[in-house]
Amino acid sequence: MEKFAPVTRSEDGQPVRYLIVDDSVFARKNLARMVETFGGQVIGEAGDGVSAISEYERLSPDIVLMDITMPQMEGIEAAEKIVRDHPGARIVMVSSVGYQENIVAALQRGARHFVQKPVKPEVLYEVIKYVMRDDGTTAHGAAGAAGAGA
Amino acid sequence: MRMDLIQPFINSADAVLAQGLESPITIENLTMDEEAYRRKGIAAEVCLAGEIEGRIIFDVDLGTALQLASRLAGVAVSETDEELVREAVCELANQIIGNAVTTLNDQGFHFHVRPPTLHTSEQGSKSSEDTEALVMGFKTSSGNVFMNVALRYQGRGAAERTAAAG
Repeated sequence: MEKFAPVTRSEDGQPVRYLIVDDSVFARKNLARMVETFGGQVIGEAGDGVSAISEYERLSPDIVLMDITMPQMEGIEAAEKIVRDHPGARIVMVSSVGYQENIVAALQRGARHFVQKPVKPEVLYEVIKYVMRDDGTTAHGAAGAAGAGA
Repeated sequence: MRMDLIQPFINSADAVLAQGLESPITIENLTMDEEAYRRKGIAAEVCLAGEIEGRIIFDVDLGTALQLASRLAGVAVSETDEELVREAVCELANQIIGNAVTTLNDQGFHFHVRPPTLHTSEQGSKSSEDTEALVMGFKTSSGNVFMNVALRYQGRGAAERTAAAG
């Protein structure tokens, strides 16, 4: 897997902490491997929207990577509920179902960005930098990030 | 079966498999099937509901599944990692079908996709005249991949949409 300049929290230089939400264990593991190459730390995982909400409450992650199509509660509804209670929540939808209607619905309900599966590491890296940028997070030596041109 | 419903699945399988495996894909065969579906190995099923209804089965033999899982996970996956192999097949199905669903929705078809489930029975129900299945075979660097697509257009205004599409 490609090497990327680590993205850290500017206030304390600590790794960005992620909650990964996807009903597929395989997809969660792949996303976890990916964000670890960005210098991130996976602090929790959830397999559906209901668990995502409780895990967010428990862990207060810096960023949530959220699938859309999941059992029990879908990702867009979970994102809406999280953002309603935590307006500063940074949620990136990561789904193979990326039609316009879905993307607009997710953004209107508080998601910060959308990444379509299959996820290209360089695309997710740029999205994470973008989403975190306004919140005082920096990417050290980002200009040298391999393949980060998306 | 309408080809405008099928083409996005062919394009999506081609794109997703080629990206994931980092090698070109070729379509080996494309046949209509009115017989009951027979599973070839590890199969994931995705159901659609709405203006388009039906199901898509993504099916690979065990050897191909092991190679696909290893390739996508970036580490060697063995037969003992059954759960991981099944998860990999389901996730690949999810990505291929999700991308095709995206295209169809952006073309104006409105329907909902359910999460993939493992198709465990040896044989599925026989296709009807309305839902005859199209079987697509793809040759990849990891082995052959099959998709069995049985869809029916349920929406109103079909004639208008077809006319508008030219």
